[in-house]
Amino acid sequence: MSELTLFLIRVAYLAILWIFVLSAISVIRSDMFGARVPEAARGAAEPRGRAPRSKTKTKPTKRRGSPTHVVVTEGSNVGERAELDQAPILIGRGTDAAIRLDDDYVSTRHARIAASGDEWFVEDLGSTNGTYIGSVRITQPTTVTLGTQVRIGKTILELRK
Amino acid sequence: MAAGQQGAIMGFVHRRRRGAELFLLVLALAVGIGAYAAVGIGVEGEVPVDLLGYGGWLAGLVVAAHVVIRFVAPYADPVLLPVVAALNGLGLAVIHRLDLADGTTFARQQLTWMTLGVVLFVGTLVVLRDHRVLTRFTYTSGLAAIVLLLLPLVPGLGKTINGARIWIGVGPFSFQPGEVAKVLLVITFAGYLVLHRDALALAGRRLLVVDLPRGRDLGPILAMWLVSLGVLVFQRDLGSSLLFFGLFLVMLYVATERPGWLVVGSAMFLGGALVAWRLFGHVRTRVDIWLDPFAYYGEGTSDQSYQLVESLFGMAWGGLLGRGFGEGNPERIPYAESDFIIGAIGEELGLTGVMAVLLLYGLIVERALRAALISRDGFGKLVATGLASVFALQVFVVVGGVMRLIPLTGLTTPFLSYGGSSLVANWVIIALVLRISDLARRPAPSVGDSAGEDASAAETTQVVRLP
Repeated sequence: MSELTLFLIRVAYLAILWIFVLSAISVIRSDMFGARVPEAARGAAEPRGRAPRSKTKTKPTKRRGSPTHVVVTEGSNVGERAELDQAPILIGRGTDAAIRLDDDYVSTRHARIAASGDEWFVEDLGSTNGTYIGSVRITQPTTVTLGTQVRIGKTILELRK
Repeated sequence: MAAGQQGAIMGFVHRRRRGAELFLLVLALAVGIGAYAAVGIGVEGEVPVDLLGYGGWLAGLVVAAHVVIRFVAPYADPVLLPVVAALNGLGLAVIHRLDLADGTTFARQQLTWMTLGVVLFVGTLVVLRDHRVLTRFTYTSGLAAIVLLLLPLVPGLGKTINGARIWIGVGPFSFQPGEVAKVLLVITFAGYLVLHRDALALAGRRLLVVDLPRGRDLGPILAMWLVSLGVLVFQRDLGSSLLFFGLFLVMLYVATERPGWLVVGSAMFLGGALVAWRLFGHVRTRVDIWLDPFAYYGEGTSDQSYQLVESLFGMAWGGLLGRGFGEGNPERIPYAESDFIIGAIGEELGLTGVMAVLLLYGLIVERALRAALISRDGFGKLVATGLASVFALQVFVVVGGVMRLIPLTGLTTPFLSYGGSSLVANWVIIALVLRISDLARRPAPSVGDSAGEDASAAETTQVVRLP
């Protein structure tokens, strides 16, 4: 076996090794640079938010004095808000939450705000530290009205017009 | 597809990516079988005659594992199995290359162990459909781990090999129970910490800049410290001792998010290491060799650093691209097929090959930590973190030792080194990580938000079908 052949085999093997390493990395590149949401899915997400409103009657009818958004009034994310059009609104520490809280006492999927008839309800999603209205820890979906303070961890949220 | 309905609330659903796994597996097989062929060409000057049989066996094993994953863990991480298969294949080829030089048959035995490892891997995935079942065995597995660690000390059963009493011999087989114990310890720590982390995380007082834990919470860390010291003193196994304590410390830190534990633990570790250094000759020898290996090499000296220095020579001789399989002399290093396999790779594949291997280990750790990050339950998070840190610590301790970054401690290089107990235990570890990542990446069970919205919105509890 000539020197050159052995050299070529050596380099070829190292190349195979690195091709493998780089392909493995390319499979998980979305971890590092974030997943790209395909154009089709982005378009589909829009009507999905509106569609239930048109065909079901779960959303409160637009009236004067009915709340339009929920906003964080206390805690580390003061001012963060979500429109009630997008209901149900997921609140938590996870990336999929509509209101994302950087609060150590909040679970990944902590609570959600949803509508039933004309009323808005907050529902705990089995969080570790619970969801409070005033000083009462809620155990079932509970009505919230304008200005009711909903406490989650160190954060307080309110429905606003 | 059900995922479409959940899209509104979940936003993002992981893809299964089994096709990507298959593609990577083909490349991984090219790495493993290519190494075997290159060894044959380099050492004997011809393509090995049993290349087809060997390659077929290897391919059969990984394809079987892949098919089982497709059926029982369809959402599992796509990168782990190929990376592990590539490392195992490369290890087999390097061991085979040393066999050809030394006239031993370690590679054949290693292939048998790999087969057993894959069987246990498949068994773990099939039997364990939900890792949360393991919380029931928190204390049982802790007890089992301690019993396993004590087994080598039983007279008649334990065997002392190369000064370390970490083996048990049953008939012609010898086994290192410590390798199994580390998996059980991860399960124990995770089960314990997930229940008690609030007490460990919140109580305590502040001293200078760090939050120090309460005295009464020091119990478990003290117990773990004693176990590690016991392993060090009675079994003379520096590496495992470091691994167990480091593992516990990392998991404690991850569970409580308190750097105070790291401060306390590192202080305890340094204290213990210092005492061990003063009291035990074998620890002091290791440190002396680390500081000045050439003073203990060659004629006229005790020649205790022969192994380390030969491996350093080998890596230097290998240089950037290596000598090529069969062109170096890795057989000069004693135990090159187990603890010093990274030295053999450094000689024949060079820095380029070693970097690739280390990157592959990095990928395993990253995937395990990623599974921990996206896992939905605390126990799964802690188990995945623990298993990732077992891997990271073990690779760091053994590769750092071989490269003279830290004092040399005997541990196996996961998946590369010759050693049945280690290989089998590592395959089970990968199965556990895959199970956790499968459950984590699987779309969350829907909370009945499509059709039953009107009916269920008013109810307090909803029945959720767990996958």
